[in-house]
Amino acid sequence: MIAHAMLALGGAVMLAPFLWMLLTSLRPASGVFGGFSLAALEGFGNYAYALETAPLLRFMLNGVIVCAGILVVQLLVAIPCAYALAKLPFRGRGAMFGLVLAALCIPIQVPALPLYLGLAHVGLLDTYLAMMLPFFLSVFAIFLFRQFFKSFPDEIIQAARLDGAGEFEIVWRFVAPSALPAIAAFSIFSVVAHWNDLYWPLIVITETRLAPPPLGMLYFRDVETGSNYGALMAGATIITAPLVIAFLVARRRFIQGVTMTGLK
Amino acid sequence: MSTAIALAATREPLLRAGHAFAAPAALLLFLIYIVPVGVLAWLSLTDYELGAVRTEFLGLANFERALADPVFRRSIVNTFAYVAIVLPGGVGLGLLAALLVHRRIRTRSLYEVIYFLPVTSTLIAMATVWQFLLHPRLGPVREITLGLGLGEVAFLSDPTLVLPSLAAIGIWQLVGFNMILFLAGLSAIPRDLYEAAALDGAGGPVDRFLRVTWPLLGPTTMFVTITTSITAFKVFDTVAVLTQGGPTGASEVLLYAIYLEGFQYFRIGYAAALTLIFLAFILVFSVMQAAALDRRVHYG
Repeated sequence: MIAHAMLALGGAVMLAPFLWMLLTSLRPASGVFGGFSLAALEGFGNYAYALETAPLLRFMLNGVIVCAGILVVQLLVAIPCAYALAKLPFRGRGAMFGLVLAALCIPIQVPALPLYLGLAHVGLLDTYLAMMLPFFLSVFAIFLFRQFFKSFPDEIIQAARLDGAGEFEIVWRFVAPSALPAIAAFSIFSVVAHWNDLYWPLIVITETRLAPPPLGMLYFRDVETGSNYGALMAGATIITAPLVIAFLVARRRFIQGVTMTGLK
Repeated sequence: MSTAIALAATREPLLRAGHAFAAPAALLLFLIYIVPVGVLAWLSLTDYELGAVRTEFLGLANFERALADPVFRRSIVNTFAYVAIVLPGGVGLGLLAALLVHRRIRTRSLYEVIYFLPVTSTLIAMATVWQFLLHPRLGPVREITLGLGLGEVAFLSDPTLVLPSLAAIGIWQLVGFNMILFLAGLSAIPRDLYEAAALDGAGGPVDRFLRVTWPLLGPTTMFVTITTSITAFKVFDTVAVLTQGGPTGASEVLLYAIYLEGFQYFRIGYAAALTLIFLAFILVFSVMQAAALDRRVHYG
């Protein structure tokens, strides 16, 4: 009984911001601070206003482009490398894995300053590429996939080689599909991280039309200067909705992903 | 002899494939980590500023300046204070939620969804919502503080309350994540251990927790503690959006200080030194995390 009460109370605290956001977004500007009444619901006026004032859909498109670009390159780079580290004897393998482990300990905020200077030097600031480049390499993906690939049976690889399959084919046709749960878990982790990232876009993007959702939200806040809470909450709802809906749809996968990787 | 040749002949393509497969990652590792960290170390020894005519070698002067700089020292103190709240709060509440949810059968997945929701939501957007909730005159939390006889509470503009308020938002975002990790740990504890403990006379819930659950959750608790420390140590978003380090520097934190020096004032050399100090702190945690991750992923 006490357990139920505590969980319900905690759940209420967890949900309160979401409920408040939704309720406020549906009420007219004048009625925000009064009591609740269904008659005061203004339908979706705030949403229309928010979408008119700021290119929120553009921000989301930017988010999709950046997240997709990052994820595709991350997988294309990490999967072969992880396979090489797990199964192929090549010179420098130990050193490479050592570097991967070392890089795992360095958050992106550390190389950010030189990366910014480099991108500025080659005139790439304010581009999608600048937003994506530092994340093309996920040492965490290499690390995670390597662990999974290591348990892939050597006999199958040998048999495939005897059948004349090249290493390229072995990776993409046999080994990678066997680690699909790990790849799905990593993909969720990657998309959530980059959809929500503010630090790096804040540094390399100054043009509104290139802003991903969090940066766009920041611009939208500034435009609204915090006065029109209905529109502000409508904007917040729009920006938050894609990942929340994705989570509600693929709940099991999200939770498995966290359990498997231990990272968010 | 002939087998050695045959072996060499089959190994040769494998060697080449290995190099080819590792090459893109190696190149990116070089461009994204090795060169930038090297450049960062060099910059930290100079007075380089963006657009400066000449740059001088300073030796360790930037580090001496940083450690004597009251603004930077305050940001270190504030960051640790923030971690000191978020760490016990995030880990403790995550564990509590997991213990409570673990035994629910019908409502378990409902609570999982509710508690995990803040983890996936965009913090910038939700921070804006929190700002509104906590607004001393317009927010709904006002009703609670008035009801408790506390009057109007300026959560985000009172220097003594701003860090705890930001920490509360941080905990709100983190609890569900930690809960999921603890739930996985709890599921891995064999049932018969509880039965054995009951036979030994440890039948009550507190006894069971202290004699079975807590010791067996050790590795999970360790992992959650490290991850939470790192997340808390890198606090940036809520500060950048809600307080900009204010009021009067009361919420100035490490990453925000580095961001201002490097990307707003463009005092690159000094910011590079600050970044290396930040790295020194975070390495303590992240090396432990990498080691723990190594053990974790094996049975993942």
